[in-house]
Amino acid sequence: MPILETITILDSADIVRVRQKVRSQTVALGFGLVDQTKIVTAASEIARNTLDYGGGGSVTLEVLESAHRVGLRLTFTDQGAGIANIELALQNGYTTGSGLGLGLGGAKRLMHEFEITSEVGKGTCVTTVRWRQ
Amino acid sequence: MSLSSTSKIADLLEKNETELLRNWLTELEASGLRRDDLMRSTELNQQCHEFLRMFRSAAQHENFSDVQAPEWGSVRQLLTDISRDRAQQGFTSSEVATFIFSFKKPLFDQLKRELAQQNDLLVESIWTVTDVLDQLGLWTTEVFQQAREKVILRQQQELLELSTPVVKLWEGILALPMIGTLDSARTQVVMETLLQQIVETGSQVVIIDITGVPTVDTLVAQYLLKTVEAARLMGTDCIISGIRPQIAQTIVHLGLDLSGVITKATLADAFAIALKKRQLTIVSKASQSV
Ligand SMILES: Nc1ncnc2c1ncn2[C@@H]1O[C@H](COP(=O)(O)OP(=O)(O)OP(=O)(O)O)[C@@H](O)[C@H]1O
Ligand SMILES: [Mg+2]
Repeated sequence: MPILETITILDSADIVRVRQKVRSQTVALGFGLVDQTKIVTAASEIARNTLDYGGGGSVTLEVLESAHRVGLRLTFTDQGAGIANIELALQNGYTTGSGLGLGLGGAKRLMHEFEITSEVGKGTCVTTVRWRQ
Repeated sequence: MSLSSTSKIADLLEKNETELLRNWLTELEASGLRRDDLMRSTELNQQCHEFLRMFRSAAQHENFSDVQAPEWGSVRQLLTDISRDRAQQGFTSSEVATFIFSFKKPLFDQLKRELAQQNDLLVESIWTVTDVLDQLGLWTTEVFQQAREKVILRQQQELLELSTPVVKLWEGILALPMIGTLDSARTQVVMETLLQQIVETGSQVVIIDITGVPTVDTLVAQYLLKTVEAARLMGTDCIISGIRPQIAQTIVHLGLDLSGVITKATLADAFAIALKKRQLTIVSKASQSV
């Protein structure tokens, strides 16, 4: 599948860049306005976690294409502290920072596929897909 | 690399400078790089002329494999200046790279003419020239990119410093139209300005309009909720307007709870609510006179 690009996430200006790139790719792939907004918002949430809790990392944008559908896959990776309890992290209201604790679970609800792999002390990888309706 | 190809190139640059310059300018014109809207053609001629002169003298050292070497210093400096100027003038990065890449054809043509009978030498020379021009082209785009980023950073800071417009809609009613990315630094300024204005004007109702905010994520929501809370502590009601359908859906999926806040689709709707809260009504003149 064609990898479109990889964006490094090292400061909050990079999060703005991630949103802009994701936005323009969803437009290019023909996603509707509601879908665009959902994907961009999910990307914003995960990117900020990558920065705040993962100590920075990167996101790769990929197009998924099969005979009957088109999707956008985002893969966020960091080499940060990792998540000890993924289920807990996904719960609404759970935060170890000063957030609302809604970002991770919210991103999952905004996307079609969502997978977290994480190892304490090693880092976290969040892979998520939304298909064009 | 054989000595003969490098000395051949140095030699050729030395002898054919005028012709190379003429052909290069023709090439640039054909490539559409002559952007008369952005920069005068005399300036472009001047830059080509300068480049050729410096390229020629750097070539005398016959080191074409590493443009980071000291003998290429003045060429790099010139390209740095050119790239910075163009970043300011609004050129794209490919337009900037084309400046160097368009020099390939005139140079290849010249080599072909000179080395028509010496195929091996010709191939080697073309390879050498390609290598050095590619390196210089990359250098140019790198500098350009850095300069663009500086411009963007400066614009961001300027935006930050722009005073946030808090508009008085009516006696006791303020509006805050938010536009753009609510990154942390700017939002902090916006919030403080608003609270300050509430104190100064003694307003009872504030409308925060987010029509111009493209993404509402948990961080933006948190800022909004904090502002609403702070205003409430000061005895002021907040209304959030400009919640478009796609934003409303996203907010629901995120699980954000805005139930404690009055939200409206448009600023007009919010204004109507604000008037009501102030116990004001708008009456049409026609109905008044009946
Ligand atoms: N990449 C990561 N590396 C380490 N821990 C993470 C990572 N992403 C999330 N977490 C953990 O999961 C928790 C929940 O994340 P979530 O995004 O839901 O909430 P939050 O970021 O704290 O607040 P917000 O609602 O503003 O997003 C975080 O507080 C953090 O402890
Ligand atoms: Mg988060």
